[in-house]
Amino acid sequence: MTTSFLAAEPVRAAAGVLQSNAWVLIALPLLGAAVLLLVGRRGNAWGHVLGCATVLAAFGYGLALFASALGDPHPVRDLYLFSWIPVNALQVDFGLRLDPLSLVFVLLITGVGSLIHIYSIGYMAHDQQGRTGGANTERRRFFGYLNLFVAAMLVLVLGNGFVTLYLGWEGVGLASYLLIGFWQRRRTAGAAATKAFVMNRIGDVGLALAIFLLFAKLGTTQYTEVFARADELSSGVLLAITLLLLLGACGKSGQVPLQAWLPDAMEGPTPVSALIHAATMVTAGVYLIARANPLYTLSEGGQLAVTIVGAVTLLVGCVIGCAYDDIKKVLAYSTVSQIGYMILAVGLGPAGYALGIMHLLTHGFFKAGLFLGAGSVMHGMNDEVDMRRYGGLYRYMPITFVTFALGYLALIGFPFLSGYYSKDAIIEAAFGQGSWQGWVFGGAAALGAGLTAFYMTRLVLMTFFGPRRWENLTTADGEKYHPHESPAVMTVPMILLAVGSVGAGAFFTFGERLVGYLTPALGELEEGHAGVLPHVLIPVLTVGLSALGALAAWLFVGRRRVEVARPQRVSPVVRAARADLYGNAINRALVVRPTDGLARGLVTVDSRGVDGAVDGLAGFLGAASHGLRRWQSGFVRSYALSMFTGGVLLVAAMLAVGMP
Amino acid sequence: MTLLLALILVPLVGAVVVGLLRGTDRAAKLTALAFSLAELVIAAAAWGGYDPAGPRMQLTSSVEWIPAFGIELSFGVDGIALVMIAVIALLMPLVLGFSWGERLPRGRTHGGFFSLLLVEQALTVAVFAATDVFVFYVLFEIMLIPMYFLIGGYGGPRRRYAAVKFFLYSFLGGLIMLASALGAYAYAVEVTGQGTFDWATLTRVLGQAPTSVQVWIFLGFFLAFAIKAPLVPFHTWLPDATEQAPIGVVVIVVGVLDKVGTFGFLRYSLPLTPEASQLLAPLVLVLAVIGVLYGSLQAYGQTDLKRFLAYVSIAHFGFMALGIFAFSTQAMVGAASYMVNHSIATGMLVLVVGLIIARGGSTRIADYGGMSGVTPLLGGMLLVAGLSTLSLPGTNSFVSEFLVLIGSFPTRPVYTILATVGMILAAVYVLWLYQRVMQGPVSGDALVGAAKGPGATADPNTLSRPGGRHAVIGDLGPRELGVLAPLVVLVIGLGIYPEPMLDVITPSVEATMSEVGVTDPVAPQGGN
Repeated sequence: MTTSFLAAEPVRAAAGVLQSNAWVLIALPLLGAAVLLLVGRRGNAWGHVLGCATVLAAFGYGLALFASALGDPHPVRDLYLFSWIPVNALQVDFGLRLDPLSLVFVLLITGVGSLIHIYSIGYMAHDQQGRTGGANTERRRFFGYLNLFVAAMLVLVLGNGFVTLYLGWEGVGLASYLLIGFWQRRRTAGAAATKAFVMNRIGDVGLALAIFLLFAKLGTTQYTEVFARADELSSGVLLAITLLLLLGACGKSGQVPLQAWLPDAMEGPTPVSALIHAATMVTAGVYLIARANPLYTLSEGGQLAVTIVGAVTLLVGCVIGCAYDDIKKVLAYSTVSQIGYMILAVGLGPAGYALGIMHLLTHGFFKAGLFLGAGSVMHGMNDEVDMRRYGGLYRYMPITFVTFALGYLALIGFPFLSGYYSKDAIIEAAFGQGSWQGWVFGGAAALGAGLTAFYMTRLVLMTFFGPRRWENLTTADGEKYHPHESPAVMTVPMILLAVGSVGAGAFFTFGERLVGYLTPALGELEEGHAGVLPHVLIPVLTVGLSALGALAAWLFVGRRRVEVARPQRVSPVVRAARADLYGNAINRALVVRPTDGLARGLVTVDSRGVDGAVDGLAGFLGAASHGLRRWQSGFVRSYALSMFTGGVLLVAAMLAVGMP
Repeated sequence: MTLLLALILVPLVGAVVVGLLRGTDRAAKLTALAFSLAELVIAAAAWGGYDPAGPRMQLTSSVEWIPAFGIELSFGVDGIALVMIAVIALLMPLVLGFSWGERLPRGRTHGGFFSLLLVEQALTVAVFAATDVFVFYVLFEIMLIPMYFLIGGYGGPRRRYAAVKFFLYSFLGGLIMLASALGAYAYAVEVTGQGTFDWATLTRVLGQAPTSVQVWIFLGFFLAFAIKAPLVPFHTWLPDATEQAPIGVVVIVVGVLDKVGTFGFLRYSLPLTPEASQLLAPLVLVLAVIGVLYGSLQAYGQTDLKRFLAYVSIAHFGFMALGIFAFSTQAMVGAASYMVNHSIATGMLVLVVGLIIARGGSTRIADYGGMSGVTPLLGGMLLVAGLSTLSLPGTNSFVSEFLVLIGSFPTRPVYTILATVGMILAAVYVLWLYQRVMQGPVSGDALVGAAKGPGATADPNTLSRPGGRHAVIGDLGPRELGVLAPLVVLVIGLGIYPEPMLDVITPSVEATMSEVGVTDPVAPQGGN
């Protein structure tokens, strides 16, 4: 196996005006965030405009950077900015890595980010939740956090070492925390935000330990040196590092066993779900593994673990997604599942790195579009999220319906739309593994495709088709539903994302465009071995399974009446799926409760036990009879006494040593 | 007169002037603030005049005190002492600004309060600057006196108990340290025939001492420092002191006074008894890791805001002790910078908590809820202080915690891995506090009770109109913002660009490492 292909693609210093000033990419949204959060009420009138402008400008800069680098024979560049944490052997630099991998992420983050910023102008215009200072204050704060997110995410993908990655990694965690808890009056929002941050921190510790291990073994944490010298690491160390990085990826990307925070994260406003919890931040785990590809390529054990996590997660996400009635939660579990596909792909090693990134990009389009569509539905339906209270909405919001439907078709892999190319390629690569792995991973991926078609068809049927179940219902506040289409500021971004959902897959695949572009960063795409299934059969199988899933959904919810009340007498499988396959229950039983109990116990021990013993000792030392009280009665006397004691001790000691 | 002596004398003179001032309370406050600002300017000048590549001790001065015992009033700073002195100089004006409107117990004046604070400042500067072991001991004990009065005279209802406990603990620790210092003296006499308490000489002489001698001397110093920088199980005075002391004093206790303990490890324990330090390192490391985990779980379980602060610090002191006794340059620089960054981050956290308590009048966490909706700026400040406390990258504390852990990992992987659990727990206790106090609907007796003032309605929503007629609880005022703003700047500034501080600390740590006689496990690379 070819191992260090990066030796063939040496890292060169950034050149040219555009590259040397690439820090502007990060500075723009960061500055936007600072201004928006510090300016106060004066900025309410123009805050959203500034918020969009910084991200659009960053997108423009990213496009220019991308275009200028296209003809570059040396597309892997490093830009040194300043020395961040220099202590002796440890030299942590702050710098940027400009290569095809980071540039496609820059375009995704700022491009989809721009659309979602624009959409948010409409979505957040009448924010009811925050009463302080009116809706505009809340919207300004929202754009401030969103800008902060974009800046942190750009640090994550552009940083040229593992520590700068970590800076962005926890930075996006902070932005995610702030945005999940954005509606701070809701108790559930704060709880979901805390949960997300803490579960992410568990993953972050894995990432941190991997960094410590790299420093201990190689004396550096910068990509260039680490990857150039990866073959010096023993296989045990490589396995440890790759597993620890995987733990980090699991936290950020909502992969089993750290998946439980992502559905709760839907407490945040819907644009947040679209940008952070679908298109960009949650895919950071995929980026991490793809970025660390020289390490993974050297560790078969590490790769296997990644594929297992991906395969398990993609199925878990599908199964739970089938059982929810909350439109955003179904989409959230769909995200969990689709990222499972990406993780599976990058776990396949050189055969899959680029495929994982391709699915990440197409997913960025269609899942962001689906979330924005869901937001548009909620916008028109008094923020209702229960699909059992929807029905027949296609007539009332036609643009939302069409764009949503295109995203849906892309997701389930309808032939020649985006998902068809990117997901199919992953399934093919999984089957291409040969032996039992081909059957297991390929089978899981194909089965997932069928389940995906089921839950997504169910969602579309319950939302847009069938009888209008909302007609005779009222909201929690007692209002009637008046479904309506969203304003243009919201629908235009949805349309643009729908275009991407339709065409991106073909565009990337045609002439191996994306795979070829990514080669300098990810290495040559390795052709699969003689797979366990013939190549031509796989698309047929996938499309067939998807059609079957869609048909099943139609039999369940299209043909039959959907009850507004959730059926209670259901099979154990559905009950388990509704309970998130007991993910939360397991966390509570194994982690939360023991920690709570331990903390409570220790507090008691500390005030009774440790302190009691110490007080007793103090009493004993203080005096035989009422000494302690005298300590308390007058300080000066006591001080005199203790100084006297000290003096006596001093003199005694001097005498004891015979001086002078 | 060196700048260092000026740094000791200026607050002392200030304290006397403020104490003698027979004018209004306001005049006394302004005078104290002026002296503390002058001190800050001198500290900046001292920093500017310090040469990181220069001698081990700089800005030195020496006067004979008790020639019979070879005791000299000698002072000097290395990089670690310098940054600590700078931090005190920085914190004091903020503490004075914070305490400007503090409601003091009956019969106490701000003049007396501020005067004592300035005395404390002078003594702590002197303690960090001492280069004579006996002088260090004397100052170590004397600095307890103003602190005793600050806690016992100006604190909460159980202030007497807390003050006595604080005093007893530190004083007894100090006495045992004295025994060790005398032992060191005696050994010097035996070996060289010449008695001295001079730090540099004792370091040279004791470095050659048999391990058994070193162990006894080490233990005496260790106990004193382990009480001061509270390591579990010597920590129980701190929660009581923080609970009872006024907020401004808490800042000085956890921000400055406690650091004398970690500073003592670095300046005295390690160089004086290098072999014993290495031999007994596992003992300290066990206590350090226990401190991290125990302190974090305690912080998580607390129901009182001020006790929460104490346990947060205990967890952080665990990290510092880990960094000091892991014996690598990175970890030790991490620990030394942790001392500074903890002062800034926890100092800010203490001040913000003080502002919360000032508004609600209660220290019970359960008395608060949803405050962000009423006081968004205060909420933001708690978040910034909290994020630094949990060492988010980009904040100052991250740099030190990262250095401690990455530096400890090559030599002590197991302890390091255990300590990383503290990273998760930090997120838990910080965000859990933030969630209960700031997020959710406005609730809690303190807030709703405050809203029910004369002319107010019981509806908590009236709280949410800033400047509205019924708003009883206001957001941050200009003075409060002025106190917190410099800390926010430092939290972010030292998080993004820590190099100036690391450059001052690193050579002193390298010197300490060579005094101990250990080399880094990870050697610097040749040019790449």
